[in-house]
Amino acid sequence: MKNSLPLIAFVLLVILLGVGLTLDPREVPSPFIGKPAPTFDLPKLYASTDSISVAEMKGKVWLLNVWASWCGACRAEHQVINRLVKNHQIEIIGLNYKDNADQAKQWLQELGNPYASIAVDHDGRTGIDWGVYGVPETFVVDKKGIIRYKNIGPVYQQDVDNTLLPLINQLQQESS
Amino acid sequence: MIAEIGHAALIIAFTLAVIQALVPLVGAQVGKVRWINLATPVARGQLLFIAIAYACLTYSFLINDFSVRYVATTSNTALPLLYKISGVWGAHEGSLLLWALLLSSWTVVVSIFSKGIPKIMLARVLSVMGMVSVGFISFMLFTSNPFVRLFPAPVDGRSLNPLLQDPGLAIHPPMLYMGYVGFSVAFAFSIAAMIDGKLDAAWARWVRPWTNIAWVFMTLGIALGSWWAYYELGWGGWWFWDPVENASLMPWLVGTALIHSLAVTEKRAAFKSWSVLLAIFAFSLSLLGTFLVRSGVLTSVHAFATDPARGVFILVFLIIVVGGSLVLYAWRAPALRSVGQFSIVSRETGLLVNNVILATMAGTVLLGTLYPLVLDAMGVGKISVGPPYFNQVMLWLAIPLYLMMGIGFFLRWKKDTVSRLSRKIVIPFAVSLVIAVLLPLLFAPEQHGLTFIGSILASWVALTALLWLLNSTTSPFKLPASTWGAVIAHLGMAVTVTGITLTSVYSHEKDVSLAPGESYEISDYQFKFIGVTEVGRDNYIAYQGIVEASEAGKHLVVLHPEKRTYSQSSMPMTEAAIDAGLFRDLFVALGEPLGGGSWSLRIYHKPFVRWIWMGALIMSFGGLLAAMDSRYRRSRKVKLEGANNEK
Amino acid sequence: MMTKWIGIALLMLSVQLHAAIEMYQFEQPEHEQLYKKMIDELRCLVCQNQNLSASNAGLAQDLRQQTYEMVSKGQSQQQIVDYMTQRYGDFVLYRPPVKLSTVLLWFGPIIMLLMGLIVLMMSLKKRKQAMDEALSEEQQLRMKQLLDKGEK
Repeated sequence: MKNSLPLIAFVLLVILLGVGLTLDPREVPSPFIGKPAPTFDLPKLYASTDSISVAEMKGKVWLLNVWASWCGACRAEHQVINRLVKNHQIEIIGLNYKDNADQAKQWLQELGNPYASIAVDHDGRTGIDWGVYGVPETFVVDKKGIIRYKNIGPVYQQDVDNTLLPLINQLQQESS
Repeated sequence: MIAEIGHAALIIAFTLAVIQALVPLVGAQVGKVRWINLATPVARGQLLFIAIAYACLTYSFLINDFSVRYVATTSNTALPLLYKISGVWGAHEGSLLLWALLLSSWTVVVSIFSKGIPKIMLARVLSVMGMVSVGFISFMLFTSNPFVRLFPAPVDGRSLNPLLQDPGLAIHPPMLYMGYVGFSVAFAFSIAAMIDGKLDAAWARWVRPWTNIAWVFMTLGIALGSWWAYYELGWGGWWFWDPVENASLMPWLVGTALIHSLAVTEKRAAFKSWSVLLAIFAFSLSLLGTFLVRSGVLTSVHAFATDPARGVFILVFLIIVVGGSLVLYAWRAPALRSVGQFSIVSRETGLLVNNVILATMAGTVLLGTLYPLVLDAMGVGKISVGPPYFNQVMLWLAIPLYLMMGIGFFLRWKKDTVSRLSRKIVIPFAVSLVIAVLLPLLFAPEQHGLTFIGSILASWVALTALLWLLNSTTSPFKLPASTWGAVIAHLGMAVTVTGITLTSVYSHEKDVSLAPGESYEISDYQFKFIGVTEVGRDNYIAYQGIVEASEAGKHLVVLHPEKRTYSQSSMPMTEAAIDAGLFRDLFVALGEPLGGGSWSLRIYHKPFVRWIWMGALIMSFGGLLAAMDSRYRRSRKVKLEGANNEK
Repeated sequence: MMTKWIGIALLMLSVQLHAAIEMYQFEQPEHEQLYKKMIDELRCLVCQNQNLSASNAGLAQDLRQQTYEMVSKGQSQQQIVDYMTQRYGDFVLYRPPVKLSTVLLWFGPIIMLLMGLIVLMMSLKKRKQAMDEALSEEQQLRMKQLLDKGEK
């Protein structure tokens, strides 16, 4: 029996490594799932004297999409975001992360602006508060202001179909 | 054309490896002499064709054949010659070819230096090594072919990562691979012994030199990696407990236990199943390392490839090789039971305790490396396990290890008593304690608990090693090479732990901004910033800083830290300037221009950091001495003489 | 799967392959010590195989700035750790916190060592016992032989 111990340990190791092959060690899950969204009160991109805050969004189901004009993947996902807003009337607040205002506006002009409002996070502090570590990232916030889901990386159409839309529909049913 | 020849050679090598893996093994089982004798020539054939394949790949690099995808992603016309040659192993596919080349080379060398080994055992050994070759070559042929073409061929290649454009690249990987591959020899011998169903002192005598040499290469490879990271990465660190670093440390720890276990198996016919198990583990950990670096299961700055598909292939390979050997062990271990008897207080027990500590250290490194994966796999969340964990935990394990290293020398074989042992130890321990306390008090700029810990471990091991030389009844110069080897290796450990302790406790580092003409002082060393000029070389341009370093006012050296921008990448890279010394390193790295001619600089004073690698060199020399003990060559001479006499 | 990280990869391309050198002034040496300790023990989330001290990713610079500000305000190590883990989870700590899920990690080594030594001692004792029993069997046999001889 004791001579089989190394073999048994090895089998366990192989199972672990096999499972490991299906995981992504680089992905950092958000500690905010199920917790209240961090507050912010930031100037708007198109009306810099106006501000947009998280508190304003209470009672609504909304998405926070973190993007920047220097980010290539944001470009790739933008059509999906556009479609999401056009077809389903989802309210999405853009968080313009560590960007240049002119370049951001140009980028939106070129690719389309689906956002209800765009908050400008010039130095990335708000990003840090939300646990942003890469661009793009998208958060789903419910009516009570609780973050329910974080999409790390670009939003693909299958993410929309399989995860985001069902979740948003479910959250719309919930009371505020 | 050449690439296709290389590819074809690889296929032929694969076929030969398959023959080498199966035919002699079956021949040994059924007693077919012809098949048994096939092992050596087939192994040589395999080496020939792997060498041809390797030469073809190197040639493609040298003639800048960017229609070969691997050359296009790894090389560049402007790349200096040294890096075209060593860049062959700079990325995933080529490094596998290097593995295969070194493995088949070791196989042939084993077949040459094996005069005293029975043909059946040799056949099994070469077959097992052939199986490993089959694994690596098929890995290349099916998932990682270095000879894949790229159409249309780019005008120029992407070039080697600037971090790798360094002489360190030319030596660190080959040394390390020689170690990884070398442990396959002990592994193959263990499999052969298990198939045979018996294992004796002669077996240990055959295996020991191969294992010692593999251990030497492993030690050098790890030390080179540490040294290279130190001067190349620019932040003064020499070990980061990165998963790939850990992947090399684990086989080294187990390999160290193995060389001690083999000593006992040879001398006392004991520890047989320990030796076999440790040999399996050492090589398994080598293979595990290969898996970790190439499968994407763990993030690592070293990762060659992060391809789960390749990961599956290696995992299957691991299952076959390691699983197969452990199944064999579970079945055959009873046959390997040692009959040697020894009492509870004895050198045998001391060495067993040593094995337990080393195995625990290897297990701890494995635990820390894989723990984030365990929690993630269980869905508990993501954590990180880094230097703060490893440094703390390994320190606690190193203390009993070093203590045992000293005690071991005093223990008698087979039977000793606690009272006798204590009598022998008391004075040396007291002396080393006094030395350990005095030296820091006299010479250290400030006292620190860690300093004393390091100092007692170092002085205890150094003193006991020297005593071993002087205490025996024979003159030290008549002692065998293996004794000298052990003594020197232990001294090397003392030197390394001294370096680690002193550099960890007493290093100073400071980020400063200096205008031309301004100075900064650290630990009695003054650094005067003169200015920055621009220089250009083969494939990079650089800002070169000029810093005058002096000690207590006396001029020492002018340092030239550089910030390089390579033509093939937009990423600037720091090349730190180091004034290396036996007792301290001065290290300056160039930061950013701050306007008005001022620049930010990072200045380090690192005392005794070279001792870390010097200790490793000393250890390796000790291992080499032990491997060259005339005992291992005596049997051949006797056999030859016997053969001559028969004529 | 790989394409998911284009954004992050792009962020990384702006990373410079050298340690960051920033001029931070500290009012007290303890502040500087705490700062250095924190950036050594915090993991960069972009260049995930470097600590904040070595990484020059944009996020690492931002987090170093954040750490500097917290240290200068007199915040304790625990407060800084809490700030970071609230936002990024335990992943950001190179020193894994001691909790139920990491008990095996932190105590594993000592458990392995003790178990190894205990198993070793037990198997040595068993072996000694077997040896003694065998010996006493042998002695009994010899005694019998001697007695048989004596009786003749």
